[in-house]
Amino acid sequence: MWKELLMSMGGRAMQASINVNSNDRQTVLVCCGTGCTANGGREVFKTFETLLKDHAEIELLPVIKATGCNGWCEKGPLVRLLPRDITYCSVAPEDVSEIIDKTLIEGILIKRLLYRDPVSKEYLSSHHQTDFYRKQHKIALRNIGEIDPGQIDDYIEREGYQALKKALQEMSGQGIINIVQAAGLRGRGGGGFPTGRKWQACKNASGEEKFIICNGDEGDPGAFMDRSILEGDPHTIIEGMILGAYAVGASRGYVYVRDEYDLAVQNLGQAINDARQRGYLGNRILGSDLTFDIEIVRGGGAFVCGEETALIASIEGRTGEPHDKYVFPTEKGLWGMPTVINNVETWANVPVIVLHGAEPFARIGTKNSKGTKVFSLVGKVVNTGLVEVPMGTTLREVIYEIGGGLLKKRSFKAVQTGGPSGGCIPASLLDLPIDFDSLTEAGSMMGSGGLIVMDDHTCMVEVARYYTNFLAGESCGKCTPCREGLRAQLEILNRICDGEGTIEDLDLLEDISVTMQEASLCALGRTAPNPVLSTLRYFREEYLTHIEERRCPAGVCRALTTFYIDPVKCTGCQVCKKHCSVNAIQGEKKEVHVIDESICIRCGECYRQCAFDAVKLRQEELR
Amino acid sequence: MQIEAREYEYANDYKVLIESYSGKPEHLLAIMQDVQKHYNYLPRLAISMISQHVGIPVSRVYAMASFYKAFSLVPKGKFIFRVCDGTACHIKNSATLLDQLQEHLGIEVDETTADGLFSIETVNCLGACALAPVMVVNGKVYGKVSPGDVERIINEYGGQSYASQHKC
Repeated sequence: MWKELLMSMGGRAMQASINVNSNDRQTVLVCCGTGCTANGGREVFKTFETLLKDHAEIELLPVIKATGCNGWCEKGPLVRLLPRDITYCSVAPEDVSEIIDKTLIEGILIKRLLYRDPVSKEYLSSHHQTDFYRKQHKIALRNIGEIDPGQIDDYIEREGYQALKKALQEMSGQGIINIVQAAGLRGRGGGGFPTGRKWQACKNASGEEKFIICNGDEGDPGAFMDRSILEGDPHTIIEGMILGAYAVGASRGYVYVRDEYDLAVQNLGQAINDARQRGYLGNRILGSDLTFDIEIVRGGGAFVCGEETALIASIEGRTGEPHDKYVFPTEKGLWGMPTVINNVETWANVPVIVLHGAEPFARIGTKNSKGTKVFSLVGKVVNTGLVEVPMGTTLREVIYEIGGGLLKKRSFKAVQTGGPSGGCIPASLLDLPIDFDSLTEAGSMMGSGGLIVMDDHTCMVEVARYYTNFLAGESCGKCTPCREGLRAQLEILNRICDGEGTIEDLDLLEDISVTMQEASLCALGRTAPNPVLSTLRYFREEYLTHIEERRCPAGVCRALTTFYIDPVKCTGCQVCKKHCSVNAIQGEKKEVHVIDESICIRCGECYRQCAFDAVKLRQEELR
Repeated sequence: MQIEAREYEYANDYKVLIESYSGKPEHLLAIMQDVQKHYNYLPRLAISMISQHVGIPVSRVYAMASFYKAFSLVPKGKFIFRVCDGTACHIKNSATLLDQLQEHLGIEVDETTADGLFSIETVNCLGACALAPVMVVNGKVYGKVSPGDVERIINEYGGQSYASQHKC
């Protein structure tokens, strides 16, 4: 395989292409998404810039672009070389001069930087050949990793603003709504409300002024698709919003972005300025009668602001407390005016639908969930990152085929979907096709698309406690069932994790959950019991083990866990000793190690790190 | 809350910052964020000035300040250690990371060391889940941090004395 690759991309031919025509001009794409930046992507980018300047012998210097997040954060920083479509993984600044000398100039692949397929053991020259990318279908993420988000021309080159031109020249506002409706696009933020119907309601409503809002307050822990789109392809959001404005007759738009997303705010800000300069935003857009402009509002850091009425309150300069939606924001939204709020990913789909029509989009997906969905695949999975797949893809395909299965080949326990208001889905439902309705039936929800994979070292009671704690902190406190219900549930879950739970606690948890579902004011409160209910539904055994046997089978709950090292299995490799932050493990190399329980803080780091299963839970032995 | 004497020294700076925005209520959040960013907290005097500039009661500015996580009414440290406790980080043991940090610095979450050097915060999710567990110090992201790395990271910011004092 390796030899073939070298043969097929002979060095001589490459040399020629460096100097010849500009269509073949080499391009170096360095991923500078948040993940790759943290791994040194920026330094790699700068090193390319600096070193390439010294290569005067290359007639036509390669173009270097810093792109948004490729999604494959696990292997970052990623460097891609076009037109040959070579992908190098985990590139360090020290590797850059070798890449220039060997690959860019001589055309030779550098084996150690290529991705090696863990099963076939083959070295793959392009990321497109990997299972992680091969099975994806990119619509919302179509440009990310391919363009420099700071260059409006990069976006324009890839069909950018074509949908807007087409709409302004050939279509009416109603025409756009019809297409979006026919495409079957549903809101990607969690609710799954048909986008076309929302727009129609806003168009029909009367008001002096109408508003368009992009909800980028991505609060679900473990989900980062909105951040990635805002950072990596901000113009698609802008174009989507302009199309929305034209459709419903709005004149002003806001993008509400989490303040934590520095790079997203920066890239989006620049994109808005560039779009204004080119006449895509502002008065009489592209010579038409459409006037529309966008402002960024940075969020204040409150999960509840993802709820649309709370978000509106926040933009208006008030605390982000939701109110009941007797009247929808499409009738009375921002400053009492008709308002359309859609999620970032929804907006990213709009230009594609308008440009290519409803049919190609509607062909993808399931009966009631059309198109694709972006998931952030994280947790105990080999390939963590962003993946975009057609609706109806099964969880197993996403986790095992794209995600490469579980880390350290551990056994799968659950996948959490839908963020804090979602639920945990067990192994028995791995073949569930993912769409809006199937997930709701399984007691979870689509949410914004976080998929958090959990292995047998994850305690489901503790996971429920974690989410309840999160929600208790984020509940705005306005209505009693949510505020007090979460607090009471948290208290019970803490008790169970501390080994002081009783069997009656489980009934009480369910009882409180029902009250919260029925009586809470907004979606946050109504869905807040999901983590508790779904873990009770699928992992009741684990609750019972905590309560009746006073042990945590996953070794997570500290009050219920002590660790020891099995002298028969211990090889004396010292991995546990190195990872122990309190020096509680004693033992010489190649000799049996011992945990000093008086020092041990029961963090479980040794338990998770040991490759020989030599670190064990004391409780198992007692049993 | 009282206005502290030293705040008056900055009164002009607050004014310039606040008045760089129009007094529309939609800019309230942005004004507060800018003040927070510059001074690492919302000084009491600045809160009064914001209230006047936007034309809303102090109580409402205070409500905003206490509602949103981004704001603090007491000064934060020069270096803010933000430990991500998103789900991906949580199941990869971010709790131990936090314990270690608290142990070494001798402060709890949302507290600041007496010398005003360090603060610890948790953040819901930084969206860098592939690097879990993640910690950010003044914008610099540290990925896949193991509890053993904490001391080294504190030392990078001149916290040697802390790390040695609280050696477990």
